[in-house]
Amino acid sequence: MRYVKPENLKDASALIGGEEGISRILAGGTDVLVQLKAEMVEPDLIVDVKHLDGMREIVAEDGGYRIGAAVSGAELGEHTGVKALWPGVVEAMELIGSTQVQGRATMVGNLCNGSPAADSVPAMVAADAVARIHGLAGERDIPVLDIPTGPGRTSLAKGDIITSVFLPARPDHASDAYLRFIPRTEMDIAVASAGVSLELDADGTCRAARVALGAVAPTVVLVEAAGAALVGTKLDDAAIAAMVQAAEATCNPISDKRGTVEYRTKTAGVLAKRATLIAYARAGGQK
Amino acid sequence: MKKLHISTSINGDEAQFICAPDETLLDVLRDHLGLTGAKEGCGTGDCGACSVMLNGRLVCSCLVLAGETEGAEVETIEGMANGDDLHTLQRVFIEKAALQCGICTPGILVAARALLEKNPDPTDTEIRYWLAGNLCRCTGYDKIIKAVQAAAAEMRSV
Amino acid sequence: MPLDQNSKRDFKVIGKRVLRPDGIDKVTGKAMYGADMTAPGMLVGRILRSPHAHARIVSIDTSAAEALKGVKAIVINADLANPEDEFFADIRDNCLAREKVLYDGHAVAAVAAVDKATAKSALRLIKVKYEVLPHVTDVDEAMKADAPVVQEGRADESAPAGSSQNVTSHFEFGHGDLDAGFAKADKIIERSFKTAATHQGYIEPHACLASLGSDGRGELWCCTQGQYNVRTICSEVCGIEASQLRVTASEIGGGFGGKTTCFIEPVALALSRKSGKPVKLVMTREEVFRATGPTVSSSTDVKIGMTSNGRITAAQAKLRYQGGAFPCGTVEFGAQAAFAAYDLEAVQTLGWNVMTNRPKEAAYRAPGAPMAIFAVESVVDELCQELGLDPLETRLKNAARKGTLSSYGPTFNDIGLVATLEAAKAHPHYTAPLGENQGRGLSCGFWFNFGGNTCVSLNINPDGTVGVVEGNPDIGGSRASISMMAAEELGIPYEKVRTVITDTNSLGFNDVTDGSRVTFAVGLATIKAARAAIDNMCERVANIWGIDRDAVEWVDGAAQPAGPNAGSHPPMSLAEIAAVADQTGGPIAGHHEVNADGAGVSFGVHLCDTEVDPETGATKILRYTVFQDAGRAVHPDYVEGQMQGGSVQGIGWALNEEYIYGDDGRLQNAGFLDYRVPVASDLPPIETVILEIPNPGHPYGVRGVGETSIVPPLAAIANAVSRAAGVRMTELPISPPKLLKAMSERG
Repeated sequence: MRYVKPENLKDASALIGGEEGISRILAGGTDVLVQLKAEMVEPDLIVDVKHLDGMREIVAEDGGYRIGAAVSGAELGEHTGVKALWPGVVEAMELIGSTQVQGRATMVGNLCNGSPAADSVPAMVAADAVARIHGLAGERDIPVLDIPTGPGRTSLAKGDIITSVFLPARPDHASDAYLRFIPRTEMDIAVASAGVSLELDADGTCRAARVALGAVAPTVVLVEAAGAALVGTKLDDAAIAAMVQAAEATCNPISDKRGTVEYRTKTAGVLAKRATLIAYARAGGQK
Repeated sequence: MKKLHISTSINGDEAQFICAPDETLLDVLRDHLGLTGAKEGCGTGDCGACSVMLNGRLVCSCLVLAGETEGAEVETIEGMANGDDLHTLQRVFIEKAALQCGICTPGILVAARALLEKNPDPTDTEIRYWLAGNLCRCTGYDKIIKAVQAAAAEMRSV
Repeated sequence: MPLDQNSKRDFKVIGKRVLRPDGIDKVTGKAMYGADMTAPGMLVGRILRSPHAHARIVSIDTSAAEALKGVKAIVINADLANPEDEFFADIRDNCLAREKVLYDGHAVAAVAAVDKATAKSALRLIKVKYEVLPHVTDVDEAMKADAPVVQEGRADESAPAGSSQNVTSHFEFGHGDLDAGFAKADKIIERSFKTAATHQGYIEPHACLASLGSDGRGELWCCTQGQYNVRTICSEVCGIEASQLRVTASEIGGGFGGKTTCFIEPVALALSRKSGKPVKLVMTREEVFRATGPTVSSSTDVKIGMTSNGRITAAQAKLRYQGGAFPCGTVEFGAQAAFAAYDLEAVQTLGWNVMTNRPKEAAYRAPGAPMAIFAVESVVDELCQELGLDPLETRLKNAARKGTLSSYGPTFNDIGLVATLEAAKAHPHYTAPLGENQGRGLSCGFWFNFGGNTCVSLNINPDGTVGVVEGNPDIGGSRASISMMAAEELGIPYEKVRTVITDTNSLGFNDVTDGSRVTFAVGLATIKAARAAIDNMCERVANIWGIDRDAVEWVDGAAQPAGPNAGSHPPMSLAEIAAVADQTGGPIAGHHEVNADGAGVSFGVHLCDTEVDPETGATKILRYTVFQDAGRAVHPDYVEGQMQGGSVQGIGWALNEEYIYGDDGRLQNAGFLDYRVPVASDLPPIETVILEIPNPGHPYGVRGVGETSIVPPLAAIANAVSRAAGVRMTELPISPPKLLKAMSERG
């Protein structure tokens, strides 16, 4: 195994693109090192990207924020601006692992790991976040929703490096929330999860809604019908019930050591409901 | 596997070592530098026994490649006391019987100090969530939480 | 050794919260645990493990691994000795498989190499051919006549005829006429229960550093609950003489019973003998879960009859425990402990030990008792619900007390169950209001406690300080307690005593640190050793003063004249006597060697409030209070620590911890991520109330306190959850999917 700290993104892409063996990009390392320890993967090349330009920065941009790929959960949680604009995304990121893991883990790493149970991903999908990718052919932007393609798999091509995630501006009366279910209070992988982002009219009527679920399908899913069930309502019981039904109908989970199909489906609906109500309250809606 | 030559700072002292690219900071601390205060309870970031500070952030040293620490500042349990003068947390942990077997203690002390530097007056709940990544199988955590509170109160009063 | 006549004396040291002697080492990172030791030129050992739950080993080809540069030794089962005793042969075959691999993770071969990377590469070059066999991991399945047989010919004469060969032994306890008893009952409840296997979950993986020469002389450093036991096992398994193997116990990072046997030490010694170099062997966390002792999993039927006013008329339990791939005896403890808290006219317990394709069970804190008492206390709680009775009053009405013929045979002497129940009843927790979706549960718990072989030396140093030498690894602060008892007896300050835990060549044999025996038995031997030293000092002072030995007594750390004929002499302190020891007969020491009996049984009562989330099945522990009889709390902090720690292990067992096997017989959660021990944020404060009902078998009244506390949480939580959720939960852990399903089926 070689460990390399390239001088710039171009070199980083070229290194990974040109590696014939197995390569891994290292940011926070909280997934990669676990895989090394478990001997799940033995990379020939590790490319550390933390030191590259912009990787550790959070920058205000067009009313939103661009979050560098190596920004840790702890750093994100300390950023009052992002926390105020996208509290659901920040709380999702902060749920990952322990305080120690938060000192290293990154949102982009969470995304690239390709886990359907990744905590930050439903929140980013609900937020309609966009990943910026540096590849062999230059730079491009791809919605976060389109990055995961299955457990442990992504749509990234060889040589691609996600350099940042962009969380867009949002109007007044809008907010988001994220909830997951785990058997303990900390340190577990989500059994099911839900990220919800809402935009309200001044009178509290829901104008736009995005509901994303985790750990209930091969990838994080955006449940458009669930969002649609909320639009035009003030989140009355019928609207919530319709949203939950749409969420449950989308679930296509597996039964494993962490939960059954039945349990994941039921819990995803419950979490979607609870996250919706939190987001609604945060956006200034009153029930 | 070609080895790396790394220069770093550990507990304020300059340290240089040679390591394989797949060795972790924990491997180097324990196997190359003789700093065995950080423990390997799991090697996968689930137990916190290997907690150290890396550039001012609390991390699991088992989840850091040693090669990443070039130019970094590392603080371990061995640097917590000032000579023979124990850190308040260390002394209070003994006084309040916050340890039984003691294997998790170095990691918990490093983590608790990081908490109190950030939040000098935490609630019990804040302490419990901050330390959720530090497993202790002996104490049931009760005396640990009380010791952190007692140390925090003492540190605030100075 | 009976309770002192003056046991109600004012203790000067006992009961104080003194500072532990190993504190500074443990808060500064200096303390040396199993994996912290190194030796010049040492090699790194690693173990190859079976990917199959059950398979015949057709062949092991180590040639390619041996040819790898940097590999210095490879060992397999054939490199170990052939002990006659099956007990040791089983440990050998668990350390390295012989003929068959019996569970996922079973060790097959081991290498010693110059570094970790080389050792890892070497493992991959070892070619093992397996013939995969059918496997069984569930206890009820394994008892069926057509179940795959884990090992043939291992059943003893007690095993019932016609059952599967996996059933290795059977036990029965009880007294009275069951049929007559059940006939008198107004209500009978009969239920079946299951508990999952749980792991001790110590944070320190097994680790050792071994050096063994071709002359059979060896040194072994390891984390263990008993260095003498390690010596015995390794001597047998490696074919060396006990006197030639010196075993030194490191500081130990938790054990809870799991470090009372050997998994890697004989392997490291064999690698060292073959390579001619010291070998360090440290398990990974995954290896700890896959190949070291979890406790048994269980399947139990309990039937209890009760009158409408709450008197139990008859009780029966049938317990089936699987202890992994080798015969184990654990069900005997469960069958004995099941009804220990009750004064019963008619009681019967039946137990079966069963083999499965799982790791060899190791002791876990009160082994066998928690799962049996969980089942019994659940049925008692349900009877109380059905009959509209107060669960505490009902237990008081049926409580075992002095003079009760216990369900397992002995008649109880002074015991603290009624006192703990009364304390729980008087505690504000018992009557605190509960909210919606909340429930309160309680359970009694019991453990026998143990004495055993113990050997202590106590040396009076020339400067008047004292050294105690003992042989039991300090797993939770026992060095402080032992020093306290020495100081109390000698009448000197605690700070003047230092207790060290020595190696196997420096003191006589000691049983392992288990059975909650150390504060009781080592304490007892220390007190006796101190009394021997006092006697010796009084003799010397009598000679100095020219009076009879009988005319000298020991008061407050000094010899003084006693009685009318003693004359007038100023007292001679311990330090003064020590200073002139060279003129009065040389060094002063006291010793005591004993196979201690008289360990007093210990009872506890736990109260627990839980809240269940009706939409997710999650359980939150809101409040938890432990009441336990400590006999005499030598160091109250560490008594409380045992009560709290055991409770939290029990909470984990009740709610989340379990060994999960796939259909392929492989363990699916061999790590702290999915083997979910409680984390700090899962828990409320664990309140403690120590009762002190002196044990008649110890001079200060000490009882063991370490194990009882893990027994009640299983039922206390299950009862609280069952009441909160309105549905009786009979399988542990009560994981959220299980609880949600039960609630939805309840309607």
